[in-house]
Amino acid sequence: MLLTVLVLLPALAGLVLVAARVPDRAASWAWVATSSVVVGLVAWLWWGFDPGGGFQYDVKLRWIPTVDASYHVGVDGLSLPLLALTAVLFWCCAVWSLRGTPRPRSHAALFLLLQTTCLGTFAALDLILFFLFFDLSIVAMYFVIAGWGHGDRRRSALTFFLYTFLGSLALLLGFIGLFLGSEPRTFDIVRLVEDPPWAGQSGTATWVLLALVVGLAVKTPLVPFHTWLPPAHTDAPAEGSAVLAGVLLKLGTFGFVRIAMPTLPDAWQRWGTWIVVIGVVSVLWGALVALAQDDLKRMIAYTSVNHMGYVLLGLGAVGVLARDGADGSGPAAAAGVAATGAVVQMVSHGLLTGALFLVAGMLWTRGGTYAFARWGGLARALPGFAVLFAVAAFGSLGLPGLSGFVAEFQIFAGSLAAVPVAVVVAVVGILLTAGLFLRALQRLLTGDLRVPDGVDTGGLGAVTTVERVAVVPLLALSVAVGLLPWVLVDVVGPAADGLVALVAR
Amino acid sequence: MSAALLLVVLLPAVGGAALLLGRHRLDRVAAPAALGLGLVGAALAIAAATGRPTVSVPFLGSGAAAVADGADLALAVDGLSAVLTVTVAVVALIVTVHAAVDHEARTSRARFFGYWLLFVAAMQLTVTATTFPALMLGWEVMGATSYALIGFRWRLAGRTSAGTTALLTTRAADLGLYVAAGAVLAGSGSLGLSGLEGLPAPWAAVATTGVVVAALGKSAQLPLSGWLSAAMQGPSPVSALLHSATMVAAGGYLLLRVGPALADGAAPVVAWVGAATALALGLVAVAQTDLKQLLAASTAAQMGFVVLAAGAWAAGAGTGLLGGVEHLVAHAAVKAGLFVAAGIWLGALGTRALAELRGAGRRYPLVGAASVAAAAALAGVPPLSLWVTKDEILAGAEEAHLAGGAVLHVVALVAGALSAAYAAKIVAVVLAPGHPGDGSRAPRPAVAAALALAAAAVGLGAFALPAVRDGVARVLGAEPGPAPTPGALVLSGGLAVVVAAGVLWRPVLARVAERAPLTSWWAMPALLVTVGRGVRALARRVDRVDDGLDRLVHAVARAVLRLAGRVAVLDDSGIHRAVRRTAGLAVAGARRAAVLDDRRVDGAVRDVASGVARAGHAARRLQTGLLHQYYAQAAAGLGLLLLLLLLVR
Repeated sequence: MLLTVLVLLPALAGLVLVAARVPDRAASWAWVATSSVVVGLVAWLWWGFDPGGGFQYDVKLRWIPTVDASYHVGVDGLSLPLLALTAVLFWCCAVWSLRGTPRPRSHAALFLLLQTTCLGTFAALDLILFFLFFDLSIVAMYFVIAGWGHGDRRRSALTFFLYTFLGSLALLLGFIGLFLGSEPRTFDIVRLVEDPPWAGQSGTATWVLLALVVGLAVKTPLVPFHTWLPPAHTDAPAEGSAVLAGVLLKLGTFGFVRIAMPTLPDAWQRWGTWIVVIGVVSVLWGALVALAQDDLKRMIAYTSVNHMGYVLLGLGAVGVLARDGADGSGPAAAAGVAATGAVVQMVSHGLLTGALFLVAGMLWTRGGTYAFARWGGLARALPGFAVLFAVAAFGSLGLPGLSGFVAEFQIFAGSLAAVPVAVVVAVVGILLTAGLFLRALQRLLTGDLRVPDGVDTGGLGAVTTVERVAVVPLLALSVAVGLLPWVLVDVVGPAADGLVALVAR
Repeated sequence: MSAALLLVVLLPAVGGAALLLGRHRLDRVAAPAALGLGLVGAALAIAAATGRPTVSVPFLGSGAAAVADGADLALAVDGLSAVLTVTVAVVALIVTVHAAVDHEARTSRARFFGYWLLFVAAMQLTVTATTFPALMLGWEVMGATSYALIGFRWRLAGRTSAGTTALLTTRAADLGLYVAAGAVLAGSGSLGLSGLEGLPAPWAAVATTGVVVAALGKSAQLPLSGWLSAAMQGPSPVSALLHSATMVAAGGYLLLRVGPALADGAAPVVAWVGAATALALGLVAVAQTDLKQLLAASTAAQMGFVVLAAGAWAAGAGTGLLGGVEHLVAHAAVKAGLFVAAGIWLGALGTRALAELRGAGRRYPLVGAASVAAAAALAGVPPLSLWVTKDEILAGAEEAHLAGGAVLHVVALVAGALSAAYAAKIVAVVLAPGHPGDGSRAPRPAVAAALALAAAAVGLGAFALPAVRDGVARVLGAEPGPAPTPGALVLSGGLAVVVAAGVLWRPVLARVAERAPLTSWWAMPALLVTVGRGVRALARRVDRVDDGLDRLVHAVARAVLRLAGRVAVLDDSGIHRAVRRTAGLAVAGARRAAVLDDRRVDGAVRDVASGVARAGHAARRLQTGLLHQYYAQAAAGLGLLLLLLLLVR
């Protein structure tokens, strides 16, 4: 019940906002209030959560009995951190939007709907329900970009919509494939996991996995399905980019751990090496292209491709380790470490990239451009921006003491046993990210003061309280995860070990 | 006692974080706070060194939920850590005195001392860590704070890029630690440093390579020495701290820490890299015309001796540790003293060029005395510290029977002679008759710091005394091994005296080396820049391919659109016409029928006909040419497919 309230509350609040024609200013605050309640509910959920207890808070209601599709939701150690991330990041975006935005009421309502779709995807334990939420998120994000973006926003929004929708169709094909392989036929994830479809029919399982991987790879996004991401980010409003990178990309990676890996364990083992290859290519490709960018937001967008590559590296390595036989000590431990790292990376990337995009939004508000060439010497002119950007950048480049290190260290350390060459190649990615972020710091913060034409150098305005309140929690949580990762790992670890055991069947 | 160990790390860490968060509000209290914390830190380090505590806090999972053995942040003080933690604390304290009065750290003091304290905390964590997570937390935070310290005066051109060069180069080497941690986990199921020991193949080789690369990079050994030259852009107190007891020392420390656990075959490689660095960077040091650059090159060269010792220690004969540790400690005092002196002169005279420092020692006699004493120790003049520690290393290396041992010995002796040459070059300049012009007063606390460090550099010559030697060995918990023979001591001491006297008598002897590629550090810094440029060029190329990928996607979309258009035309001209014609035929037939039949039937047929026509128009309406609507239709189609499945299941 608690979980259902959590998932549906934002959308209901959004409906009320629109239906009751709540005044604009009140709507903004109502959004903040609603997302605060959601944060509180997630905290309550976390408080009562038993890390070793499998799916909890689960509810299963009849929905389409003819195909055994039901309203089935639940929380385990893989989804709880992502629910928490969603709650926190949307709260930060709600606060951020207090700065003022056109048409605040519909803006708030749209984001509240978006939050429900994200929470719903993470909580869903039924393929149809998962798909419903997964797809609605695209619709909501399309309107966010098209309605509140800048630049060539309509084109970017349409590209985003079409590309990710195409991915959804592939995903749907995969889901139908899973359904047809189950006996008795069902869309229920828990039952599909218990009794994996297409067991023993490796050819069909491969095709189904391919459909799932393509569908999720578009959303994640992985090279070469990532080209919708940079324009979508560049033209989205700051809070839209934060949610898009922070939460929506996780819907893709989460699909791997929730659906693709446990329902098709044999295929995942067989194709683990290829998953690793896709991951490593994304790591290097994303980092290199990010290094070449002349636009801050495009650069951050490409680092997302890089960071999601690490997730796939870890998850692929789990498959390889499972195939090669986890014989107790070494490899089994390593696989658990890699899987834990992959989930921690999802959370960490959400926090840090969310913060980075909001910080980039500060530049847009003040100068209407993200181009490196138009800014310089901001450490002096906009010290608050400098501090927040530097902390987020160092977190994103994997400095120990922030969350990125905890994730990437575990992914590398855990994956090395399975795919040593891939890991040795992939660690170069963290050097490249270090290089690109240090270069960005140097270009934006140091040197002579440079601001876009028509902007008064004295009128940049300090970082406002609202901006600070929106960004600081994300960075503070990243530091908390970086210094006390056990709080998170204690929840993720047992579930990750469970996932490893499922893949190793 | 565990509390003392924890506080050795936590106190400067929390203090540094507080200063950074407080920013300009804490500028006034920053220096006193750093000094106070330094003092307490030194006392705590001594307490921890005597009590030998261990402490562990959960990191990657708590208790049974830990992801693996050794996933904690575990610290321990054994003999090696005891020596290092005290050295770090004491040298840091003395250099803090210098920093508190240095002209380059006069503004933004909260920021300066905030990073300073964080840096010290990271180094203390590094030398006491017993697990990979703890080691890497210290190791990499040290690298990042060194970036902030080197680039502290970021408004000056080149400072930030110098910090970037240092951080990127050391981080390139740090990648080795990620690989090593993975190999240890794969081979032993643990993330503890002790897991290195007895790893099965191939993990032993992988882990060893990773650790060695990381250590060599941090210690600025060949071929990664270039960053040290750039790092000289940092404020002098930063150089004094980074290039004496910390940062570069961390690499040497790590190799001494894991030495015997390294895979077979690592020992000669490590030893040879150390010896080669001592020789190559010794030549570079002799060729420098800038005091700080000279000291930087000599730092890499002296670390070469420590790395050589670590190679001997890794050979597993039980020797090398003693000499390596003694050299690390003595060099910390020597080099910190010289950097403090250089910093005082830079502040007072505004220059670090050797040519403009002529007579600086006469103008500032106390600073001159300190620098001459430290330089004499650096030269290896008996009975000062580096003379005996170098011979201790050579004796240990001999006992380890490394590959090419005889040549290695000769290389090390030549490298030792080079130290005498570059140290004498400093002395010749600062004692030269001449007047460096009017300078401001040297701040007294800084002079006191230089003198204290010089006194340590001289006093640590006591390592030559058998009782002291045995004492150090006891602290380290290692066998003392064979002491350097009197013959060896006389040979190296004599060589140092002769070379130093030669350079003092005829400084031109050292000046002949002042030409490329030696003055430009064998072009190693330029090489780093070139590599950076190459990577950026590669990135631009990949970016163009990426744009091509984007264009490809859009081209496919446009092709689909065009195809849809064609189909629509076909639809209009073909199918729709056929539908209409059919309808027309039906109408004609109906008319004919109407002639024959009842009017009411005719009306019904007419309705059917117009219905068919409407259907034709409706079919046409689907062909909108708008791609997203086609996708919506596709989705609806898939929905129907789904429905079909439900029916056939």
